[in-house]
Amino acid sequence: MARKELEIIEGLWEKVEELSGQNIFACYQCGMCSAGCPFTDEMDMLPNQVIRGLQLRDWNTMDCSAMWICASCFSCQVQCPKGVDLAKLMEAMRQIYLRQQLDHVSIDDMTPEQISKLPQIALVANFRKNTG
Amino acid sequence: MDRLTYFPGCSLKDEAKEFEISAMAVMEALELPLVEFERWNCCGTVFSLTEDDLMHQLASIRNFIRAQEAGSEEIVTSCAMCYNTLKRSSLFVNHAEERLEKINAFMDEEVAYEGKVEVRHLLEIIRDRIGWEKVEEAMIHPLEGLSVAPYYGCMLLRPKQVGIDDPDNPTIMRDLIDALWATPVEYAFQAECCGSYQVVDHRELIVERTYRILSSARRAGADVVITSCPLCQYNLRETQSELKEKIPTYDEMPVVYFTQLMAIALDVDSGELPGPLLARLPIEEGVGKGEG
Repeated sequence: MARKELEIIEGLWEKVEELSGQNIFACYQCGMCSAGCPFTDEMDMLPNQVIRGLQLRDWNTMDCSAMWICASCFSCQVQCPKGVDLAKLMEAMRQIYLRQQLDHVSIDDMTPEQISKLPQIALVANFRKNTG
Repeated sequence: MDRLTYFPGCSLKDEAKEFEISAMAVMEALELPLVEFERWNCCGTVFSLTEDDLMHQLASIRNFIRAQEAGSEEIVTSCAMCYNTLKRSSLFVNHAEERLEKINAFMDEEVAYEGKVEVRHLLEIIRDRIGWEKVEEAMIHPLEGLSVAPYYGCMLLRPKQVGIDDPDNPTIMRDLIDALWATPVEYAFQAECCGSYQVVDHRELIVERTYRILSSARRAGADVVITSCPLCQYNLRETQSELKEKIPTYDEMPVVYFTQLMAIALDVDSGELPGPLLARLPIEEGVGKGEG
């Protein structure tokens, strides 16, 4: 997928917090989010590592594939003893890309067969999450 | 007779027709019919999780305005995705004056939304307003001998603010299965994500999820799995053909909507049922179509 690089904008970390409405420093790294996440096998960073990266302002975090694998199932949200909604942080990170017109999926890359096989509920949900 | 202000959602008019057919028939039999309100629109399928995004709440709010116009302060839906999206939108704007004001100013072609519409899932209505006892009384064909695995997925239970049951230990579907005299099956993956919309660009991930979820239900003795979400239903049902290609001995697990199971027991129209389920039903053929 052709993706241009993310432009590093002033106040990016604050923007992630603002968009998500979450206090990332509430996290004390217990790891419950990663323990319950059903998709860690597919992720390059574990969910708790993503939030640790955000706390440390580590630029690698903004490159992770984990944010695109997260399907907003909210397992982490119900498990977090500190009330941090990690699904909202993942969405905020995706939104940083999408608001720079850096779509993660493109309908042009899909064949008509693929599209016709999929139900509208999957297509609409996917495009809502992966395109701006 | 009391009636419910019903929001079908797009899927129930298309690939999930059997969900609507069976839900309508069941609620008619339980004397609390679903009546579709006029000019409803797509809910947007997923709730926007960013704090500043009012735009993506509009689809839900237009539906609330339609319900308000119909004189209702409640809408009921059976689709778990619609339920979650609509419910979260209602919590986002109801009693949030500033947001409501902004949204109403933006949608000045509409009458103002007053922020009073509550969203309920059909399972909640059956549990809280009808009651399991009445379901049991209305039953014509008890499903004795049928082992049923509930699959809650995500959207009925999480986040906890909108969940219709305890997210860690849900019982609502088990209670329904009990009321129909079937045997509820406990298994590990009943509330674990099926992969949702990732089926579009990570289909292999869904195939793997389907295998985990359904083989766990199978090992626990399930004859059939019930769902409340057209996307879970699609993922769990359709990716089984890919599993069969990979694993020649794979035994197909029928997956149906919870209302279809109710329709079989209440002897009303269940919509189309999968062959492997019909073969396992402890009752004679022809039931579930309102002919029995």
